[in-house]
Amino acid sequence: MIGSLRNVVYFLIMAGLIVLVGQMQSWNVALSILNLCLISSIMALGVNIQWGYAGLFNVGVMGFAALGGLAAMLISMPPVKEAWAAAGSGAFIGFLIFIATAVAALLVYNKLAKGTLRSTLVMLIVIVGGVLLRIFFDPTTTAIEKVNPAATGFLGGMGLPVLLAWPVGGMLAGAVAWVVGKITLGLRSDYLAIATLGISEIIVAVLKHEDWLTRGVKNVNGIPRPVPYEINLQNAEWFLSLCERLGADPVTFSSIFVKLCYTILFATVLLLILWLSEKALRSPWGRMMRAIRDNEVSANAMGKDITARHLQVFVLGSVVVGIAGAMLTTLDGQLTPTAYQPLRFTFLIWVMVIVGGSGNNWGAVLGGFVIWFFWIEAEPLGIWLMDVMTSGMATDSPLRLHLIESAAHMRLMTMGLILLLALRFSPRGLIPERTQQ
Amino acid sequence: MSEPLNAFVLLANFVLVPAVAYGSQLALGALGVTLIYGILRFSNFAHGDTMAFGTMFTILFTWWFQSMGLNLGPLPTALLALPFGIIACAIFVLLSDRLVYRFYRKQRADPVIFVIASVGVMFVMNGVVRFIIGPDDQNFADGERFIIKAREFKQITGLSEGLAIKVSQGITVVTMIVVVAALFWFLNKTRTGKSMRAYSDNEDLALLSGINPDRVVMVTWMLAAALATIAGTLYGLDKSFKPFTYFQLLLPIFASAIVGGLGNPLGAIAGGFVIAFSEITVTYAYKKFANYIVPGDWKADGLMQLLSTNYKFAVSFVILLLVLLFRPTGIFKGKAV
Repeated sequence: MIGSLRNVVYFLIMAGLIVLVGQMQSWNVALSILNLCLISSIMALGVNIQWGYAGLFNVGVMGFAALGGLAAMLISMPPVKEAWAAAGSGAFIGFLIFIATAVAALLVYNKLAKGTLRSTLVMLIVIVGGVLLRIFFDPTTTAIEKVNPAATGFLGGMGLPVLLAWPVGGMLAGAVAWVVGKITLGLRSDYLAIATLGISEIIVAVLKHEDWLTRGVKNVNGIPRPVPYEINLQNAEWFLSLCERLGADPVTFSSIFVKLCYTILFATVLLLILWLSEKALRSPWGRMMRAIRDNEVSANAMGKDITARHLQVFVLGSVVVGIAGAMLTTLDGQLTPTAYQPLRFTFLIWVMVIVGGSGNNWGAVLGGFVIWFFWIEAEPLGIWLMDVMTSGMATDSPLRLHLIESAAHMRLMTMGLILLLALRFSPRGLIPERTQQ
Repeated sequence: MSEPLNAFVLLANFVLVPAVAYGSQLALGALGVTLIYGILRFSNFAHGDTMAFGTMFTILFTWWFQSMGLNLGPLPTALLALPFGIIACAIFVLLSDRLVYRFYRKQRADPVIFVIASVGVMFVMNGVVRFIIGPDDQNFADGERFIIKAREFKQITGLSEGLAIKVSQGITVVTMIVVVAALFWFLNKTRTGKSMRAYSDNEDLALLSGINPDRVVMVTWMLAAALATIAGTLYGLDKSFKPFTYFQLLLPIFASAIVGGLGNPLGAIAGGFVIAFSEITVTYAYKKFANYIVPGDWKADGLMQLLSTNYKFAVSFVILLLVLLFRPTGIFKGKAV
């Protein structure tokens, strides 16, 4: 009982901190921190499913989040008709080759028995498909990228509601996770870590360089929102009367209102995923997963298929990360491939899980809140600290200037130290995993 | 008649020479990873940043020597600074072992815990490097730039293609050979080296026969720090030093170590060259080469490049996957799957 009271206190403190930011800085800042806290918590839940339930070390969270972001863009952006016209039959042929390759590879994979022959054939099919795709699709990409490059220069998306992208992003991430997991799981745990590191780098490189798909470093702006736009609110009758009743400034309040809408959406998704995760953890399946994590040999002796269960949980966790990635891009309203940095999207999430409490879903959520809050608020704090520390030096001393300039890099070091300290002194995290007596 | 010769020189200039140099750098990096894996039994994610850390100190010493007017004539001053960089790096790495890894070793923690801890160390090292030297490109090569210049080569041979060999490339290969020879001599002939191999093969038996594990671990870290600093400095001399590039080198280095078989030093060297050659041959644009080789008036359209250089690390990744699919222990037999 003491434990659960402590957990409530943790969350109350966190809520208090956000309210404090609302009072001290502004409610706009507080709500944008809260929204990102919610998304971070979902990502942390995804990583917790992999690490906490099964002990799988995924160093490619960034890649799966980026796939979610890609899905958000592909689903919601209106299609660029001129680009499709320019692509002509090329896009169709490219698509056909892609599908044919995938189908052929899957067929061979399912029909043949496990062995060198099957792996060789699948690899050959993928390579031949890739080469064909390049031969037939390369001229098309150039044509697409030539269509009004300043504004579009890409195929656009499907023009569907952006909310649909959240599950789609999850599925996309899950599909990639399946392939990676299929190859690396069952081998040493290090291999999964290294392979996920590689795949995430490749996914982000594709996003950065395939202009026909994502506009690359030119970013895709103006992804449609699931919530109203501020400008429309400010002209709406009901909104103005609401402002009058509350005595609020319509301009400020409209932006707060929009953020609140996002908060409600994100909180709904978070609660849903949290509820499902808790259900799963308390089910026979969850007990089996923990049994496998804690003692693979005996779980195997009990007839559990460890590799298959690992694959399952790895895909599930990646799906959750993909959903969170799609949500993040929806919130930003733009796809920025260069924003996908391993520090921000992989290691920060890891720090959240380890600090929050691996194996405990509430812990992961709390970790998401605490670490994101700290991450955002640490920057002004770091600069202030540097300023104070160097105040004894002359204002134009090169050392002082260098130190103040480098304050931003302190974040890296701080995150590393927090990870190491948490792992060493509090490996069970703020909210430890609950074990049945 | 000189067309095939020209084609060969072209290929040597843009593929062979850079791949040999890059392969040597990867091999040195992978040797460090594989040593740590063999003795301490985990994949050290901090290795890329250890390289950056050691290189940073080498650069700082280089600048200091340059400001004092010390230099090696045609050779880069960095070679003079290298031992100091190695010492600084070894001190930091030993400190990290004392403060971080030793605790888990005593606990006999799961390898994955070590991996996570090494990610934490990676952060801290990355932060320190960026804090001290900044995230930007640093060029610290001095002395002569070329052993053979492309133009001189053309004059001597009368071919229309030139072959340029940079001093940094020459130094890289020579250093690699010297370091590898010294390392193998150490591992095979000295008492400490033998105890390291024994410890790597069977920890319990090694302990029973009175090998001091702390000493083995300490020597391993020092060797890894030295190899990382040398590899990093050579890479920095050849290309340029940028902390983020060193983080990205992690993938090809891991791929090299795994291709050769984790824990197998000979394999790490072979793996380094496999990865370097595949990366460079796959991303090279063969247009000019094809024009030389194919007789008649035929001209290649397009670059004839298999993969754009943007995806060069995809090559290491694919090779990594292939090895994991077909031979998870690596080409040369490495440690258990």
